[in-house]
Amino acid sequence: MAEKETKEARYEAGFGSNAKKEPVRIVFITRKTSAKVVGDIGPRLMTYPHLLIREAIVFMILVISLVTIALFWDAPLEQLANPLLTPNPAKAPWYFLGLQELLHYFPPLVAGIIIPTLVVIALIVIPYFNINIEGAPLWSGNAKRTLLIFLSVVIGLTMLLAAFRAWTVLVPTDVVGLLMLASYDGSAERRAGAKAWWRRERTLPWWVMTWFISVAVVLTVVGTFFRGPGWSWVWPWSSHAG
Amino acid sequence: MANSLTIAPAVERLRATRVWKSIFRRGPALTNRTRSLAVFGNLFLHFLPVKVREKSLRVRASYYVGSISFLLFVVLAVTGVLLMFYYHPAVPQAYRDMKDLRFVVSNGVFLRNLHRLAAQLMVLAVFWHMFHVFYRGGYRPPHEFNWVVGVVLLLVTLFLSYTGYLLPWDQLAFWAITVGTNIVSAMPLIGRRVRFVSLGGNLVGENALLRFYVLHCVVLPLIAVFLVAVHFWRVQKDGGLTVREEDGGKGN
Repeated sequence: MAEKETKEARYEAGFGSNAKKEPVRIVFITRKTSAKVVGDIGPRLMTYPHLLIREAIVFMILVISLVTIALFWDAPLEQLANPLLTPNPAKAPWYFLGLQELLHYFPPLVAGIIIPTLVVIALIVIPYFNINIEGAPLWSGNAKRTLLIFLSVVIGLTMLLAAFRAWTVLVPTDVVGLLMLASYDGSAERRAGAKAWWRRERTLPWWVMTWFISVAVVLTVVGTFFRGPGWSWVWPWSSHAG
Repeated sequence: MANSLTIAPAVERLRATRVWKSIFRRGPALTNRTRSLAVFGNLFLHFLPVKVREKSLRVRASYYVGSISFLLFVVLAVTGVLLMFYYHPAVPQAYRDMKDLRFVVSNGVFLRNLHRLAAQLMVLAVFWHMFHVFYRGGYRPPHEFNWVVGVVLLLVTLFLSYTGYLLPWDQLAFWAITVGTNIVSAMPLIGRRVRFVSLGGNLVGENALLRFYVLHCVVLPLIAVFLVAVHFWRVQKDGGLTVREEDGGKGN
């Protein structure tokens, strides 16, 4: 039944569960594919009390911290809403300030509609892509070819963002790009062994998500603390009516 | 185990009473059988597995951010209902209610602080939960659909926070919602209509306040409760948290 492809036997090829019919499906069972087929799951404990006591402790710590902070940190309340008096800048809630920062660079249709829609669609379809089923690191295949594609994508993206003068997107993009480059290692022998976190072998999805989070965090922080009247750059420590 | 200085013996006697058994459908949970019953015989716990992997209980496996997101939702529901006792979704009474919470209602400021703080933290916790699940590969089969439910829950969380943002009816609220809903009108063809429907008009006014209030207090919480139930139930049905071989180890 088990078909050994390599000497390490990374795959086991089996058939669909209905043994009476013709096998219509070959199931690839790899180490990282399914929680159900993880070999050694270790010891198991009773939910009652082992999980419930932990949840209770988490709840207690959470409520104590919330109450402590809420006693000393007041929720803001400004003047009565006045449609005739526009504050400058008018800011959305903090979790949308990344989008507002994008709106500063790109037309509303792109920054306000297309990019958020694409992000949500990308998040939803993540689990339905089984391209890299082994979880192979980025540079593990044809490293030279990957490097060429990688460089053209990063340089193209950099030029596009520079054309729009979208510096707060460009900087985190290129920082992550440089880290990806730093993790490049052409030779298979040197890939093994312990390394600093940014030199470790990562998968492409890992890098894409890290890039997304970096850009989102930078945009949100800039939108929250570094933007003043007319969405101009201000330093948070300089005095301004933000 | 029984120490005369603790309340343990009293609790054990209580658990053996007929009334206790009638409520919890079991006696003291001292054997694995009764401990299993304690979970699957309880409406509120039956979505949990009877046994959990020791590895998935470790702090580094989840940092409990999923649990924290849910617990923050519970805190928000409780403080939110209390706030509803003092709130009118009307212009400008809504703003006066904020002033009353500050100057008239006992512990009104504290109540509002708690609700706002928990709301901000819930957005953070849900984001952190999602990124953590991603980096652990928790979206891989058979967890695909639960990941999708999670993404929808993230959107529901953002909408809950956003609709709540308008309710104090101060300058901060009014202009944040104005900025946000202006983006909607950039949608091709239907943008202006979508904005009109969500605001109940062309401007952020009392119709918008009422709509956001109903969405914030009724519609979105109901959707959230429903999806959270599906989310929890699927965690159990899909085989529990993703446990990696090197747990609780480093990144991927």
